[in-house]
Order: sequence, then C-alpha cells, then structure tokens
Amino acid sequence: MADYQAFIIKYAEIGVKGKNRHLFEEALVRGVQRALDAVGEFRVTCIAGRLYAEAARDFSFDDAVAALQRVFGVLGICPAVTIPRTDRKLPDIEALGEACIRYFEMAYGFRRDARGGEPKRSFKVVCRRVDKSYPMDSMEVAAAIGEKLLDALPELRVDVHEPDILFHVELREQVNLFSEEIPGPGGLPTGTAGRAMLLLSGGIDSPVAGYQIAKRGAELEAVYFHAPPYTSDRAKQKVIDLGCLVARFAGPIRLHVVNFTAIQLAIYEKCPRDELTIIMRRCMMHIAEELAVKNDCIGLITGESIGQVASQTMQSLAVTDAAVRSLPVYRPLIAHDKQEIITISERIGTYETSILPYEDCCTIFVAKHPVTHPRLDVIMRHERLIEEELAQLTRQAIDEEEIVTCRGNEAPEQG
Amino acid sequence: MIQAGEIYLDNAATTRCDDEVLAAMDAAFRVDFGNPSSMHRKGYEAEQLMKNAQKTLAGTLGVSPAEILFTSGGTESDNLAILGCARANARRGRHLVTTAIEHAAVAKTMEALAEEGFEVTVLPVDDRGLVDPQAAAGAVREDTVLVSVMAVNNEIGAVQDLRAIGRAIRAKNRAVLFHTDAVQAYGKVPVDVRECGIDLLSVSGHKFHGPKGTGFLYVKKGTKIRPILFGGGQQNGLRSGTDNVPGAVGLAAAAQKAIDGQRQFAGRLIGLRDAFIREITEQMTDVRINGPAGCSAEEMHRGEQAAPHIVSLSVPGVRAEVLLHALEDAHIYVSAGSACSSHAAKKTPGTATLRAIGLPEDCLASTIRLSLSRDTTEEELRETAAALGEIVPRLRRYR
Repeated sequence: MADYQAFIIKYAEIGVKGKNRHLFEEALVRGVQRALDAVGEFRVTCIAGRLYAEAARDFSFDDAVAALQRVFGVLGICPAVTIPRTDRKLPDIEALGEACIRYFEMAYGFRRDARGGEPKRSFKVVCRRVDKSYPMDSMEVAAAIGEKLLDALPELRVDVHEPDILFHVELREQVNLFSEEIPGPGGLPTGTAGRAMLLLSGGIDSPVAGYQIAKRGAELEAVYFHAPPYTSDRAKQKVIDLGCLVARFAGPIRLHVVNFTAIQLAIYEKCPRDELTIIMRRCMMHIAEELAVKNDCIGLITGESIGQVASQTMQSLAVTDAAVRSLPVYRPLIAHDKQEIITISERIGTYETSILPYEDCCTIFVAKHPVTHPRLDVIMRHERLIEEELAQLTRQAIDEEEIVTCRGNEAPEQG
Repeated sequence: MIQAGEIYLDNAATTRCDDEVLAAMDAAFRVDFGNPSSMHRKGYEAEQLMKNAQKTLAGTLGVSPAEILFTSGGTESDNLAILGCARANARRGRHLVTTAIEHAAVAKTMEALAEEGFEVTVLPVDDRGLVDPQAAAGAVREDTVLVSVMAVNNEIGAVQDLRAIGRAIRAKNRAVLFHTDAVQAYGKVPVDVRECGIDLLSVSGHKFHGPKGTGFLYVKKGTKIRPILFGGGQQNGLRSGTDNVPGAVGLAAAAQKAIDGQRQFAGRLIGLRDAFIREITEQMTDVRINGPAGCSAEEMHRGEQAAPHIVSLSVPGVRAEVLLHALEDAHIYVSAGSACSSHAAKKTPGTATLRAIGLPEDCLASTIRLSLSRDTTEEELRETAAALGEIVPRLRRYR
C-alpha cells in the first residue's frame, strides 16, 4: 500500500434524478471509464451510490486526476486507499490503525521518527460504518484510530473543529481511506441530454459555449464556415484544434466544414454593405439548422453574448434568431461579459488556440458601420434580392461539406 | 519531387533539396557517421569529410579553408558575425552601421546590441532598395567596428554594390569590419570577397537546394571574433557543438553545384523573370514591380542590380494573403512579404523593407513575392501569369 490506487468519485445532481438515476450513473461510469482508459488500466464500478475507480496497475496520478477533471458529472475526486475484505471480513482495529498510519506517511510524508520539533498539523477522523456488523461503532473506531495516529506520528495534533486534515474512514463493502477532495467539473454525464449543433468559429466564445452546453450532458456536433481564399488551411486547422480541445470534455465531435465563400460574395455583391454581417449570420444559422436536422441534433448552440459586437445587439439577435425555423438556439454566454468568457476559456484550455492570429470568415469584408438595429422586414426584403441564388448556393455548400471528427486525444499540447 | 501540377515559386523561402545532395548525405549518415572529435579511425574519416567540405566551400569563394566556419544556417551566421565581432572589438569602438532592409537575423541582432549599449546607425535605401555607398561611408566613424549590408534583399531582390560600399567605408576607416548577409546572393549573383573587401559573409544551405539546418560563415583570417556558442571547442573554439558531418557534406555538394551553375542560372532566370514581368504588367492594370527589377532599362542597368530570382509584385486592392491563398488553390505557391515574418503582427501592414523603399500605402498589404529556382520553367511562369490574370480581376471585384 505504497500509494493511492483508487479514486472515489463524488457526483451531485444525479442523486435527485429519481427513477432515471441509474441512466445517469451508467453514463457517468462510461464517461469515467473512457477518460481513465486513456491514462491506465482502471476498474470503474458504481456500488451503492459510490463510484469507484480502482487501478489495476501503476498509473500517473496527475494524468488520472486531469482526465477525471474533464468528465462531466464528476463533482469531486477523492484519491483513496482501499482495503478489501479478507475471508469476507474487514480488517480488525489493529490492522486498520496500521493502515491509517501508513496512509498518512504516504499522503503527507509524516514520519514515525519525527523529533516533534516540526510545526504540527491538525486532523480529525470521521468514520462511517455502513457495515453494522463491525464490532465497534463509528465513534469508537474514530477515537481508536485518532489515538493510534497521535501515538505513531509526532507531527499530528487533534482539532475537531477546524482540522487541517479531515480523514475519512469508511467501513463498507471494503475499507475506504481518504482525506482530500479535488474538485471536478460538475455538470451532468455526457450522453444524458441529447445532441446539439455548435456553430464553431476560431474565436474565443464558441468553444466556451459548446463546453457549457456539453456540461449539461449534451453531445456535440459542430459546423465551421470557411471561406477560401479569404481564410487559410491554418485557420481551418485552428478550428479543428479547438474542436479537439472541447472534445476532451465532450467526447468526439463531428465537425462539418462548409465552404461559405460563394454565399458570402453573393451577399457582398447584391445586398447593402452594412447588412452583410447580419445576412451572413442568418445564412449560417439556416445552414446549421439544416445540418442539425439531418444529423439528429435537437438544438443549435452559438457563442453570442448581448451587445458584444454589432451583430449581437438584441435587435440583431432577434433578426438572426428568426432565421431558425424549427430548433431552439442555445446561447449559454448570452449574459456573460467578455472577461468572464475569457476566464472560462483559459480554464478549459481553449484560449491559447483561440487567440492565434488567423483570419476567419466573419472578419473579412466587414462594413465600417454595420447595422446595429436591423429590422427583420428590411433584411428579408434584401435577402429576397438573391433568394434563388442563395437557395442554390446553400444547397451546394451543404452538399459539398467536408466532415472531420475532432477527438480529445488529438488536441494540441497545452503550453 | 515537387508534385506534378504544383508550381513552387517560393524559392527565396526555401528550395527543394537536390537529389545528388541527398545521395551524398546518405553515406555520411549511414557509413561515415563518426564524430570528427573522436580519436579513432571512424572519427578521423568523418573529420576528413568535414575538411573536404570546407575545402569545397572555400573554393567557391576563392578563400582559404580555414576561413570557413560551419553553422546551422543564415541566422546563426549573421548572429555570430555581428555579435562575435562587436563584442571582440568593443574596446576599439561601440558603433555599428547597417541598413533599413536587412533580414531580421541582422536587424534583431543589431537591436540586441543596441540594448547592450552599442550605437547603431541604420542607413536608408532609395526607392529601388539600394544603399548609397557615399552615405555608407558618411555613417562610418572613428569608433565604427562593423558595417553590415546584405548582398541581395530577400523581398525585393535589390543587389547592393558591395564593391563600391566596401571601398567607400574603408577609405573612411581602414579598420572597420565589413559583413554581408549573402543568403540570397550566394550562387545567384557573383560576390567577390577580395574585390569588395568583405571580412564576413553569411550563407544558408537550404536556399540553394542544400539541406536545412546548414550554412557557413566566411571569416577572413585575422578577424577578431568571439564565439556565441560555448562547449566542446569544435571549429577552433569558435563554434562548439558536434560537427554536423552529413550537413556539411550536403552543403558543400549543393554549393559546388550552385556556384558552377551560377552564370547559367542568372542568364536563364533573368530572361524568364523579365518575360514574366512583361506578361503580367501587360495583362493586368494597376500593378507594380518593386525593387530594381521594376525599373526600365533607361532608368538603370537592371542586370547589375536586380537579383535574377526574385519578383516583388504589388496588386493594390487585393490583400496579399488572399491572393496567396487563391494562387494556392491553383497549386501555385508564393509568399506574402517574407515567409519568416508572416507570423508578425498584421497591425502594421507590409514589412520593414517595403516601408523602407517608400511603397505607397495601398501596396503595403498587397505585395507578394515570387521567387524562382533553377528548376523553374518558362511554362510554369506562363501558367502563373495566366492564373494571376484570372484571379486578380476576380478578387478586385470584392475590394
């Protein structure tokens, strides 16, 4: 027992899901298993409302924790030492005490031969006795363990009110010892909500928006509009990289790459310049919806936020929204400030990639003064000028889409 | 091979490695793989390869083998020449002279020395990108240690009159050291180090079908210079680091071929280049050829002052990057500005060189560079001219 060989994984909201609870638990087990498969050999089980991940062989602790921190539904990660039953029996109090001392030596580097001059750290033992056949009750176990720890390790002192270390001893189908809880991402397990189509650009916002919706259990599909020769292969690769970074949390993402150049040029030539961006965005929404319906997605996701740019004023959003006929548009960042979005983006690791300086198709042909208060009837009248051409070009763009699968293990290394 | 159907016109960025060069390197990798510093026979044999390469390179410049120092390429050669000489001669003076159109490997090194307390004078160039030898001499002072002037500009192909510059600066100060970044010149235009009074000359292997990561610095015997890399003391302590034997072998093979073919290269390419320039200027309105190659014969003796392999083309109304990607769709590869600086912020349009020649505002962000190699054919250039003639008007519709 030289090291942690297990994790106890805490989850929150699943607990309240009534009869569907097992569906959520199974999804979480799958998610945890998938994440840990990438870093080692683990057995993931859910027993009596506790999720365990036990290592079958040595593993990198940091890699395993990082992987678990990307599994939605995980609220807390407790590195643990577990002691199985021998002859169906839990260890007696002597053996248990010895195991606890070794836990402290391993986890905190305390030494039995410490001189006692070192600053002490306080602890408290909390025992949970689920197996009521254990000969001592939980208070007795906690007291006995506390005494053994104090006797063995001079660097410890007891503080039952504000301990530095809250040490858990659980007597269940096995013994669990743990004292740390590393926060997980929270949310709901992937695959428990439905599938949604993310409008993914090379910017900061859309990857965060995808992350946020995926966090509620949704699976993602994505669409990227590129505009060669105005945008480059590197710009496209950047979006694929962003897709892979989000996929580290959300699972594999099918990315639809749609060539938007002809549509953009048609709008540019025939519609008023100051309406270019808003009409363009309506076209994008329309294409995204078609692709969504075709691919069993039940919603669209955008990174829009009120007032961030001219095309995201409330008036513009209303006009953009009206281009979507049958699906809800999820805009998780709608009330976020830019800095808040950047903070999340940094936390989930997409920021560094998002700020790479490649042109994307929203930044070419930008009017000096785009409309900020568009009226739907006016916009639609102008769209009608190119209605047939647009319908044909849209059809062609969808027919000629390229699909790339973004996988988390292909994400760029973080600097 | 460059793939069928591809037209590679970015040879000033890098060239395809020559098959004979690769074959020569192959043996040095697999058979004579020893470390020249080793005392046994395997080391001795590798050392001989280095010496032969050194001899070959010295021969291409008409200098002595001991004056050739192997480096990792143009950047290291420039850094070593400038840092090494400035520091070694700092007691004599702390003033340096360079030009406004140098490659970043020179310009940034000068900046670094300015931060160390050296004083740097930057010479302007005229609208063709040429340095006035008298102005160069005028900038030289008693305490000037080094003058660095690139032989051929990488963006606009301006060929400096190094002979006149060398003589003028020496007339002013006999002790001043003269360095030239000849990365775009070597094998393309003749450079006579004796005639020009050059003390230090930088060369990069991959610009003439040699391997990447190779290059050399010519250091005239007796030049006071300090190393910038420290370690095992290879190459007389001036450039520590295990000798790159296959690299040196490949570099020498490529250099010999380039120098042997230089006259023919220049003759053929100047013809191709001028025909190409004629074709595109006839085909498109409102375009501009930058640098000496864009001047008419009456204005100057173009053959003497424009590099044979570089065409700088401004197309107002079309962003260089967009034109580059449109050409890429036609499998034609060119560069926008200089490949090395494409990542630089796009806040200030154009490059230092383009600004230094006073290019009009509407040309700065609309300039591409096409650079030829000995493999470039007339047919490829005709196709490129046709592609430009088709693409440029199309892109200009959406300014």
